[in-house]
Amino acid sequence: MTATNFDIADTRRRARLDTIQRSLNARHARERRFRFMGLAAVVTGLVLVAILFTSILARGLPAFWQATLYLDVYLDPEVIQVDERPVRETGESPAQFRERELAWLNQLGLVNWNALIDEALKAHLPGEIESRQARDLRALVATGERFALRERVVANPELIGQTINVKMLASANVDVWLKGNIDRNLPDHRQQLSAQTREWADHLEAQGVIRNAFSTALFLNTDSRSSPASAGLAGAFMGSLFMMLIVIALSIPLGVASAIYLEEFAPRNRLTDLIEININNLAAVPSIIFGLLGAAIFIGYLRLPLSAPLVGGLVLTLMTLPTIIIATRAALRSIPPSIRQAALGIGASRVQTVFHHVLPLALPGILTGSILGVAQALGETAPLLLIGMNAFVANVPSSPVDQATALPVQIYLWQGNELRNFFEARTSAAIIVLLGLMLSLNATAIWLRKKFETRW
Amino acid sequence: MTVSVTVPTAMNKRTAQAANVKMSARGVKVFYGENEALHGIDLDIMEHEVVAFIGPSGCGKSTFLRCLNRMNDTIAGSRVEGQVTLDGNDIYDPSLDVVLLRAQVGIVFQKPNPFPKSIYENIAYGPRLHGLARRRAELDDIVESSLRRAGLWDEVKDRLNEPGTSLSGGQQQRLCIARTIAVSPEVILMDEPCSALDPIATGKIEQLIDELSESYTIVMVTHNMQQAARVAHKTAFFHLGDLVEVGDTDDIFTNPREQRTHDYITGRFG
Repeated sequence: MTATNFDIADTRRRARLDTIQRSLNARHARERRFRFMGLAAVVTGLVLVAILFTSILARGLPAFWQATLYLDVYLDPEVIQVDERPVRETGESPAQFRERELAWLNQLGLVNWNALIDEALKAHLPGEIESRQARDLRALVATGERFALRERVVANPELIGQTINVKMLASANVDVWLKGNIDRNLPDHRQQLSAQTREWADHLEAQGVIRNAFSTALFLNTDSRSSPASAGLAGAFMGSLFMMLIVIALSIPLGVASAIYLEEFAPRNRLTDLIEININNLAAVPSIIFGLLGAAIFIGYLRLPLSAPLVGGLVLTLMTLPTIIIATRAALRSIPPSIRQAALGIGASRVQTVFHHVLPLALPGILTGSILGVAQALGETAPLLLIGMNAFVANVPSSPVDQATALPVQIYLWQGNELRNFFEARTSAAIIVLLGLMLSLNATAIWLRKKFETRW
Repeated sequence: MTVSVTVPTAMNKRTAQAANVKMSARGVKVFYGENEALHGIDLDIMEHEVVAFIGPSGCGKSTFLRCLNRMNDTIAGSRVEGQVTLDGNDIYDPSLDVVLLRAQVGIVFQKPNPFPKSIYENIAYGPRLHGLARRRAELDDIVESSLRRAGLWDEVKDRLNEPGTSLSGGQQQRLCIARTIAVSPEVILMDEPCSALDPIATGKIEQLIDELSESYTIVMVTHNMQQAARVAHKTAFFHLGDLVEVGDTDDIFTNPREQRTHDYITGRFG
């Protein structure tokens, strides 16, 4: 009888285990499905990122190298018919001297620099080149290069009469043609260069006169409309730099101070609740709204200059503040209260507690949040369009109140440029520069976090 | 210097009882928002006395302990009514500087909470803060004597520059006690100082409390009734926000006046 009872108990036990086993199988299957979906999501994401980066790099990297002419230019005194460079005489007033100097510069301005370049080119080209072909000849060289030649002579008038070695950018169309970015089989009327110029370009490349050289113009020049080949990022870079300096100088101290006050000192009441809600909401406001606000207040009311990095920096500061405040508060909140109690218990004041203990421990989090906020500001375009920072600016801004543009805005401007097959690559190159800056900022954030991380 | 082991003796207890009133509470009520956590506590704490607060969780003993050096001020929405005095001076007087109070009434918490700094810096922080040491040598002396009194010197003297958090739990708690001693308080509050420690570390802390009672007035909260019986001269039993009974430890554990005290110490509830 006991044996029967035992059997019954055993059967029940088995049945129970079977039930659990069946449900376990279902649970494991569900877990596997979930894990697979997660993995699939990650892989999809990675593949898309890889495609994005490959496409940007494939398009942008070639733009860092540009078709460049290496020419020996004879600075023919017959062509450069100018007086001696004026030297200030004794008893001459600065105004008089300046007048004579300007007259001399004027003479230089009237020199036919193109003729000198033409002669240098002809030396490498076969056959007799008639004067009516000058147009085809000049299409080879970026239009800005004659000014570069002039600048060299202005800087050093002794060069007149000598043959100098000059590195000149080929025109944008030659660059496109030689890189094969335009279909070489297109009929003449759809090509940007004449048949003669195309033939010459190929000839010069074969002779090694035109080489693909690293494009310093991309980094050292400002944007250019007349000479697309010499368009560069220097102006936009300086504009962005000024803005970032303003953003860093304003938003980090303001944001961190507000966060410390709100988190550590402010009484909890309706007013601070309201402020907190508003800060959280501000972080979600579309950036273009901040642009409108900036246009209305900084430009419309305070009469600050249009297109200035000062205004851009202020607008981006407003946009970045909520991010920094929220990140800083989160960092402060993550410091265990036991540290605060320990300091208070010894007799530290609240300010001492915060500045001696809480803030140093929260520093990695604060820095990370701030740098990510600044990186976000660096990549922001929309609000800048509304305060006139999408204007064409031909100078490198020398102060935050000069007209300027910014890196992301430059990308936007180039992307819409009519000389598309040239600027597409330029745009991707600018994207690479911007992404490089972003990555280095983020890497700094990670490095700082690791450096200041304290365990307890 | 090695730590000499002494157990509380009748002699100790008598001298403690003969001393003056160090801290005194009259009608202390504490509110957290609308909720009244303490319903009017009257208690005197004598100089050089070890007083233990016992009672079930949530009875208000920690809350009352924190009233004694105004740590409750740091909790949002808390409010204290009634009077607490230190040497006859009201510590809730608006003109009183709470920093000065906390230099006189130090506190050690339940969980060891050393600063994530070196052992030396942990001890030196308080004296430096209050300007108690003018020269480095003076500070070194304070650090050494505090660690000695906390019975930690021999274990850490060769690694004063290592982080305080690298010590074991029991060592960390003694470090926290040393940190409190370093500012030379008159009263030391201890909020369940041994609840996160193993029995050996607990034993060391209890020994330490006994020694410290010669120089300091000690008020401790404990969940461990044996601990109260071992180290306290007086024991106070809290229940539901009331101070049910206070008296000599021996009397509380052997001959309580109140039924609730009796039920608690015999394990009927709590």
